[in-house]
Amino acid sequence: MSSETTEIQRQISHAVDNLVEPGHTVDEPASGDHKHGLTDIGYVKVAAMLALMTALEVTLTYLDLPGGVFMTALLGLMVLKFWTVVSYFMHLKFDNPIFTKLFYTGLILAVLVYSAALLTFQFFSPS
Amino acid sequence: MADTVAPTTPASEPDTTASIDLATTPDIHGQSPTPGAHDDHADHHGYDGHDDHGGEHGHATSTGLSNNKLAMWMFLGSECLLFGGLISTYMLYRGRHEGSPSPSQLYNIPLTSVSSFVLLMSSLTMVLAVSSAQRHDDRNTSTWLTVTALLGATFVGAQVFEFTEFYHEGLGFTTNLFGSSFFTLTGFHGVHVTVGIVMLMALVGMINRNKIPGNKAEVVEMIGLYWHFVDIVWIVIFTLVYLIPS
Amino acid sequence: MAIAERPLTPALARGGSSPLVTPSSSLGAFRRPVSTTGWRSWVFTVDHKKLGIMYGVCAFAFFILGGCEALLIRLQLAAGDNKVLSASAYNQMFTMHATTMIFLFVMPMAAAFANYLIPLQIGARDVAFPRLNAFGFWCFLVGGIFLNTSWFLGGASDSGWFAYAPNTSVAFSPSHGVDFWALGLQITGIASLTGAINLIVTVLNMRAPGMTLMKMPIFSWMILVVQFLLLFAVPVITVALFLLMFQRNFGASFFTVDKGADPLLWQHLFWIFGHPEVYILILPSFGIVSEVLPVFSRKPLFGYKFVVFSGAAIGFLGWGVWAHHMFASGLGPVSVAVFSVATMAIALPTGVKIVNWTMTLWGGKLHFTTAMLFAIGLIIEFTIGGLSGVTHSVSPSDTQQTDTYYVVAHFHYVLFGGAVFGLFAGFYYWWPKVFGKMLSERLGKWNFWLMVIGMNLTFGPMHILGLQGQPRRMVVWTKFRGGDGFFNGAFWNLVATIGSFILALGILVFIINVFKTWRSPALAPGDPWDARTLEWLTTNPPKEHNFDVIPVVHSLDEFFHLKYAEDDAGDLQKVADYEQLMEEQEAKADKHIHLPSPSYWPVVLAVGLPIIAYGIIFSHVLAVVGAAIVILAAFGWSLEPSVAPESDYDPPVGGEPTTKELAPLG
Repeated sequence: MSSETTEIQRQISHAVDNLVEPGHTVDEPASGDHKHGLTDIGYVKVAAMLALMTALEVTLTYLDLPGGVFMTALLGLMVLKFWTVVSYFMHLKFDNPIFTKLFYTGLILAVLVYSAALLTFQFFSPS
Repeated sequence: MADTVAPTTPASEPDTTASIDLATTPDIHGQSPTPGAHDDHADHHGYDGHDDHGGEHGHATSTGLSNNKLAMWMFLGSECLLFGGLISTYMLYRGRHEGSPSPSQLYNIPLTSVSSFVLLMSSLTMVLAVSSAQRHDDRNTSTWLTVTALLGATFVGAQVFEFTEFYHEGLGFTTNLFGSSFFTLTGFHGVHVTVGIVMLMALVGMINRNKIPGNKAEVVEMIGLYWHFVDIVWIVIFTLVYLIPS
Repeated sequence: MAIAERPLTPALARGGSSPLVTPSSSLGAFRRPVSTTGWRSWVFTVDHKKLGIMYGVCAFAFFILGGCEALLIRLQLAAGDNKVLSASAYNQMFTMHATTMIFLFVMPMAAAFANYLIPLQIGARDVAFPRLNAFGFWCFLVGGIFLNTSWFLGGASDSGWFAYAPNTSVAFSPSHGVDFWALGLQITGIASLTGAINLIVTVLNMRAPGMTLMKMPIFSWMILVVQFLLLFAVPVITVALFLLMFQRNFGASFFTVDKGADPLLWQHLFWIFGHPEVYILILPSFGIVSEVLPVFSRKPLFGYKFVVFSGAAIGFLGWGVWAHHMFASGLGPVSVAVFSVATMAIALPTGVKIVNWTMTLWGGKLHFTTAMLFAIGLIIEFTIGGLSGVTHSVSPSDTQQTDTYYVVAHFHYVLFGGAVFGLFAGFYYWWPKVFGKMLSERLGKWNFWLMVIGMNLTFGPMHILGLQGQPRRMVVWTKFRGGDGFFNGAFWNLVATIGSFILALGILVFIINVFKTWRSPALAPGDPWDARTLEWLTTNPPKEHNFDVIPVVHSLDEFFHLKYAEDDAGDLQKVADYEQLMEEQEAKADKHIHLPSPSYWPVVLAVGLPIIAYGIIFSHVLAVVGAAIVILAAFGWSLEPSVAPESDYDPPVGGEPTTKELAPLG
């Protein structure tokens, strides 16, 4: 058994040695896959959508909407813009999930922790 | 440095399963050693200081991800805690504006909307710069980076104008809690933008003089991530600070 | 000058025929430093091992400083109506004692262990960003020195280590002490943040082939959790410190109650950092103990997975309990109840660890080396501290205990009996690895017992004192208040003071041990403890490049499994010893090992920071000068390659006198 595995080891080792020239690493994308993502035109389209969302947000402030509706819409647009830039411009959608986990951990932690603190100040209660 | 070590263990039994599986032989259980183990410039540093590796291909790492990219995303994650604290302080104190006009009296929504739009567009030009860098198109990369820096500078200029107006209308850093927290929050953001502009211009200079140690496209991408982050912080600030009436 | 050939096997190069490396020309005014001897090889090093040693030496020096501050406090409290320290001096003393111990001793000492051991434990040759590593160390050192110059420049901070507002405002703390405190901690905070990013990337990306995260040594795991805690907690205190700095130096009114400020803002920001901070303080020692106990029980760590997950759980849950430091601040019953329950919950993952350690010991063949004694000491002392902690989680009882000596007892049991005991276990365990010599076991036993007795005599009585009503930070107690009977405060205060000097004696014994070991010529054997993890598969101390060849990892406790295998009967048989394994390594040594080159930019950039800080306090022109240094150093650093380029390895032209220093490889 052990002589077979040694033989296999030697063959694999030989094969790998032939694949890998000294002085070069194997082609491994260093960060996500750059082939994915959008084309330049695609990015322009995303930017146009972001501009539109911003315009919508600003328009909302001039309309006379009831408080709950207004806040939901405004915050919803803010979150959507945030997510759009992070996912497309920052490429998070196309990259390894580890980056998403790292960043969103910090983000969600910040939101939770500071919301809890503001809650103790009764910030969210009607004054 | 101890060169000689007195062995203390008694003579061991004859070697049956023998040797340490060194990185020159693959692991027969199916995990091939990372090719970096073969590599001359093996895994001793994450930052690729050698030009002979070239291009987008970084070192082999345990996750397959670039050290720099991992570091940048973590840094951005931690910055969420920083800006979260500043935003929370502002939200707490926005109503304490005795001695100055109130937020709704001061804020010039049309002006700020335009500057927000400018910053948003700078994110687009930044993405185009990264895209050019990945195509190894130095000229376009420099161009887009410069445009990004200019748009960023326009944003900062608008901020400076806005703050000067506020000051003349009676809101200073020390006037009241609203002033302190507003200027601290927007000031921190503005400083981040300014640092970004400096980095962008430095990058343009380094690209033009071919002085980037390592993977050029990756460096542009990293600065891009920082720049976009500064933009998304502004997305939050613009909504929470300016658009939500106090 | 002779032309030197680049060697084929730098790992085997010896003596005068060693090949030489020329330094690259840096973009600064001075040549890039590359010496491997003398003070320059330490000041400009980026080698994680040297940095680890420097972190350790400096942290220990601060330990002595903080200890002296503690002894002065205890002298003041030894008798009633004492006049050893004035009220003002006393306030500075307890503030600086705590600040020094937490930020300048425990945290950097953990960084020392982490920096030295992580690459070795995961089979790497250095960390991911070596210059950033050096920068972090120098930030710590200059920040710590900066903080302590306050003693001579108008007085140290006197508002307590958690610096509650508005007490820290200029009106109530007119000296510059608080400014030094705030700015000093900002500088050391940069060290922590950059170190966190560095170590996380290192652990995630630079493990040896085959080492999955669940095959990684447990110490590395605990450090990984700590770095995530630092990553997210340091920015919060950064915000708090900036607000404080703006308040004191630029007229902002964040904490001016007259203008409508809420003092609780500071408390929330501080404790959102402060609670994860205490887990940052204890988890490294938990990691050390988790390594030491298995080795000296001749058994693997019981429930490795549970220890890992409970560490991560502590990291998560630690974010949800901060307001238990604020139970008496008027939060209101709902908030208090929520945080009370959350605090009780966090005892669970720690309990899991205690169980796992105990089960590691159970049935093992125990060797009571000094390292083992400290590790077992941690289990016992930390549990005592944890029990008083549980009483704190119950908010009604905490309302009586808070701000009394009961709380002082609690955190000293967990911090001294926990964090410090763990660090000492680490000293004794890893000393042969780092310095190539063994600390004396005989002196070690004296060290341990004096510390245990001293510690319990000092902090044990504080439970009684606290429940009898002695407040914290109280400069003097009167003989009238001393009381009678078993709960005689006068008696227990004296006992505590005597205990603190016994403790100090124990530490002195440690210093003597270190000194004697340094002078002794006896070298440590190769694998002195018959250990389990990969850092022991190196020479004592390790070669500069750590491993001659990076091993492929098959299992948890890889080093142990290289030495021992189960035979057909299921018994462990020794199949290889340390010497054989090291010989195999040397035989298959990597041919070209490029290590990251030294650099002076990290030092320059670090030095710029306290200059800015002095400038903020004393002269804005100086601040601008400091900022210029920082910016220039940042540019210099970014333009310099991390490793001297290939062309620099060509030898210098013969005959030319040179001031360049040449460094041998390997």
